Amino acid sequence: MTTWRRWPSAIEQSDAGRFRYAADLLVGSVRNMADREAFAAEAMQYTPQLYSAALRMTRNGADAEDLVQETYLRAYRSFGSFQDGTNLRAWLFRILTNTFINTYRAKQRRPQETELADVEDLYMYRRLDTLNQAARSAEDQLFDLFTDVEVKAALEELPHNFRIPVLLADVEGFSYKEIAEMLDIPIGTVMSRLHRGRKAMQKMLMDFAQARGLTAATPAAHPAADNPIEVTVHG
Amino acid sequence: MANCNDTLRELQTFLDNELSEDAQHAIRAHLGGCGDCLEAFDFHAELKMVVSRKCRTDEIPPGLMAKVEQCFGQAFGDGETSQSADR
Repeated sequence: MTTWRRWPSAIEQSDAGRFRYAADLLVGSVRNMADREAFAAEAMQYTPQLYSAALRMTRNGADAEDLVQETYLRAYRSFGSFQDGTNLRAWLFRILTNTFINTYRAKQRRPQETELADVEDLYMYRRLDTLNQAARSAEDQLFDLFTDVEVKAALEELPHNFRIPVLLADVEGFSYKEIAEMLDIPIGTVMSRLHRGRKAMQKMLMDFAQARGLTAATPAAHPAADNPIEVTVHG
Repeated sequence: MANCNDTLRELQTFLDNELSEDAQHAIRAHLGGCGDCLEAFDFHAELKMVVSRKCRTDEIPPGLMAKVEQCFGQAFGDGETSQSADR
């Protein structure tokens, strides 16, 4: 294992050593620049994911672009503290999340921590029978039940202290431990925010479905269970 | 053997793949013999996938990649390239 020498040893401070130390520094700076460029190239692969997450956080395209740029600036500036073997994607999301919490969120009017109304467990699942029967259980149909605009809106409607854990877990697939580290909260808090945030999202999605006329007041009004998903009542 | 309530209580941690191997095994054993719980688990696994896929459809603004590239120069100092490091 190579350890970069940061300080010249006594022998290097002798005349003989001085040249060698200068040469080391030169090699080091060339290598450092190559490292930086490799690092940047790898980091830039994550721009689309970071932008998407930034959009969910800021709910605004211009702010999301600013947030992504600020994230890369901070990431590059702390390149020196990035340790090989660290998960680069998790590291970038940590910077993104912290930048959002510390800067953009401060500008927003919402209170810092918002509570959510309690929603019962299995909220959407228990109400599936209020949907047209054809909309139930089949997997591709659940996919077709909501538009991407609705799913994004349901997520964005969550207060940020619930929205960010749900975003990091369900969209980005980070573990509880990674999310706890990014947000600097205990794992138990991550779990309870995920639990409550997801239920609130389900309720919002069901509200959207209801608004679109997807729910049937009397399930018997839609007896054709084997029909494809013709559930849009209002055209 | 876990009952339905115990199983459903672990639904989230199971689907998030955050359970110990033993606990996962107990859940799987229950799901193997309980159609109701299996249906609930399937539904939530699917819902999780739907949320993930539907939230990944944003198009990145045309100028953003170039702006991100500029961050590199800003952070490390403009003009400091691999060539200039030879000076």
